[in-house]
Amino acid sequence: MKVRILVRLKPGVLDPQGRAVHHSLDGLGFEGVNDVRIGRLIELDVAPGTSQETLKSMCEKLLANTVIEDFTIETLASDNAGECA
Amino acid sequence: MPLKAAVITFPGSNCDRDMAVAIEAVTGATPARIWHGDAQLPTGLDFIALPGGFSYGDYLRAGAMAAKSPIMRAVVEAAERGIAVLGVCNGFQVLCESGLLPGALMRNAGQRFVCRTVALEVGNTASPFTHGFADGEVIRVPIAHHDGNYFADTATLDRLEGEDRIAFRYAEECNGSQRRIAGIVSENGRVLGMMPHPERAIEPAAHRAMGSADGRRVFENLVGSLISA
Repeated sequence: MKVRILVRLKPGVLDPQGRAVHHSLDGLGFEGVNDVRIGRLIELDVAPGTSQETLKSMCEKLLANTVIEDFTIETLASDNAGECA
Repeated sequence: MPLKAAVITFPGSNCDRDMAVAIEAVTGATPARIWHGDAQLPTGLDFIALPGGFSYGDYLRAGAMAAKSPIMRAVVEAAERGIAVLGVCNGFQVLCESGLLPGALMRNAGQRFVCRTVALEVGNTASPFTHGFADGEVIRVPIAHHDGNYFADTATLDRLEGEDRIAFRYAEECNGSQRRIAGIVSENGRVLGMMPHPERAIEPAAHRAMGSADGRRVFENLVGSLISA
């Protein structure tokens, strides 16, 4: 079972990396960029039936630091249909 | 009886030797060197030091992986029993990630690695590490970090201030830390986490090279408190 976990800085927490990237985009001449926030995407391949509770616990104990970060857990439906062998 | 200390080494620690040398220089006793994969600490310890460096290559978040290593379970238990713990730089990040200290250390607000000797204001004179300082005294200690930007929510910051747990503040803003926090102590005062490196400001030679030997006093305070205890 494939799971995609998105870890993002909480709203209001300053993101220096995002700000630097925003600055670079401006420097490249891209107009209309209002904000840039950088997060982390973690893909897990776990045993079928792994509970949401277990996944949440993985996030809270290690994958995210809940002092500064929020996380979302997305369980991907059939993960083999579109894959090439 | 000589002070019995241990220095923990994680893969990627790079200030562990400096820490051991500093402890030996001040206490006269050689600290035990403990590897991150060890499950147990020596018995009868007075003091545990978590050194600076880039444990586990800062994978995931600085200090995150080290905080879950086998030896950290033993360190958390020891801290809960009241054994003095000092975390410097990456060691401070590990202490926050392990939950022994509140808050988190984020990328410096200016995005740059900062490496210089800075002035610190002493904000706590009750802990074993700080009791020999005068309240508000200014000391000079080197910093060298990329992720030293201390963050905690307002309630936590207010509590730290209210309980006099901000051990050191930067005299001048240098990395974006909230309320210029450079180091904090645990509720019982026996765990100190700080970004500046006291172990790099120990000897007269350090005074010439780094502009300060004030770091020595952090260790002298600790020795003093353990002898009088």
